[in-house]
This record gives sequence, structure tokens and C-alpha cells, in this order.
Amino acid sequence: MSIWEYANPVKFMRTSGAVLPWVAAAAAVCTVAGLVWGFLTPQDYKQGSTVKIIFLHVPAALMAINIWLMMLVTSLIWLVRRHHVSALAAKAAAPVGAVMTLIALITGAIWGQPMWGTWWEWDPRLTSFLILFLFYLGYMALWGAVENPDSAADLTGVLCLVGSVFALLSRYAVNFWNQGLHQGASLSMAPGERMSAVYRYPLYLTMAGFFLLFLALLLVRTRTEIRRRRLAALLARENRA
Amino acid sequence: MTELGKYAGTVLAAYGASLVLLVGIVVQTVLANARARRELQEHERRG
Repeated sequence: MSIWEYANPVKFMRTSGAVLPWVAAAAAVCTVAGLVWGFLTPQDYKQGSTVKIIFLHVPAALMAINIWLMMLVTSLIWLVRRHHVSALAAKAAAPVGAVMTLIALITGAIWGQPMWGTWWEWDPRLTSFLILFLFYLGYMALWGAVENPDSAADLTGVLCLVGSVFALLSRYAVNFWNQGLHQGASLSMAPGERMSAVYRYPLYLTMAGFFLLFLALLLVRTRTEIRRRRLAALLARENRA
Repeated sequence: MTELGKYAGTVLAAYGASLVLLVGIVVQTVLANARARRELQEHERRG
């Protein structure tokens, strides 16, 4: 059995239809349980109750970057091997990635106001995240602007390659530009920097929940795109006849 | 019940905005899928 079997839309629809209810249920349980658990955590001695925002901000930011990297992989598969399902998966993932980026930006601004004294700062990580969000918007607009689906997949694939620079920058910017407000890794393993277990475990759960939520949404949205493509092909065949 | 203290508005705004966005993308995804499935089924039924 090979992973390339799932490039066959029929095989993909059959398999995704079977696993989707389980993924969706696991996503709902982990996300709701993680957010409720996080909301009920005690106040931090420095940040007060604003520490509870971490259970939204960090999983959303993590997914914002990784969804773009997933789109990069599927776009490369399209560009190299011309598997339609992988191009459609990249297209399907983009709106979810844009929402995750927006959540990270909004919760970051709301959190930043009381902690940093400002909603926004042209900090390396904040700025690269804003650019990543604009790349998501541009990527979706490009899919909508090009009529031929294969040409759209080609062009968006190249755009995805370029945008990957900002996806990686948004992850590593704080490490090599030291003039920003944003701190380094939230889940540092360094001695003395490790987050308390009170916050760490619900954070792990919300991270798992957001990942599963993305997976469930990706499967549904890819199935939607396959159905749309099938309908368009049927209509085109009728028009030629 | 959890104590939010002086930052209650900040925390609730962050949770409120995020939940609106998350529920929004879930609802849009489900509705778009249902529509695509219905249109394809109708077309295939018509032959």
C-alpha cells in the first residue's frame, strides 16, 4: 500500500468519509475540553487572568505556521507529480490557515494591550505574522482569480513557495532579531523557563484539539473541492457534447 | 467559577472573538460541503 493511492479522488473520498466522524469527534472533545480546562486555570502571579489567552493564542499561531507548511508540501506534490487531490488539499487548507492566523493576531493584540501597553508593535514576529496573513489572503484570491484550475494550482503553488519564507520567519524571527517585544518559545524546555504543569497540560490538549480541528476541516473542505471539480467536469463534458 | 479579576474584559474579548471565528469557519465548511454534495447529486440524478 502506498500513500499515492490517496491521490485517487475515489479512494480519498472513501477513506476520508470513514475516518471523518472519528476525527471530528476527537477534535470537538479535545478543543472544548482544552479550552474549558484552560479557562479554569488559576491566575498567573504576573499576568493575572490574561494568561488564559495562551490556550487560544499559542495553538492558533502554531497551526497558522504549520498549515502553510502543509500547503507547501501539497503544492510541491502538485508541481512535481501533478496529483489533483494534493492541489485541492492546499486550496482547502488556506481559509482555515487564514482564520488561525487571524485568531493569533487578534488574541495577541488583546493580550498585548494590558501586558505590553500597546495593541500592536512592528515587532519581527508580529510583522511576519501579519505578512503571513496577507499571503493567505493573496493565495485565496489567486485561486479565485484564475479560471483554469490547473493554472490556478500552478500559480498558487509558486506563491506558496514564496510565502513559506514568511511562515518560517514568523516561527524563527524572535530567535535572530532580538529587538522585538515578543518572547521566544512558549513551550521552552530550558531550565528555569519551563511553563508550570498547571498551564502546560491544558495547553497540550488545546494544541491537539486545534490540530484535530484543522484535520477535520481539511478533510471536509477537500471533499467539497473534489465534488465541485467533479461537477465542473460533468458540466464541461455536457457542453462539449 | 473561575476568577478573572481586573482583566475579565480582556480575557472574555479574546475568547469571544476566537470562538466567533472558529464557529464561523466550521459552519461555512459544513454548509459549503452540503451544497456541493447536493448540487452533484442533483446533477447525477438528472443524468
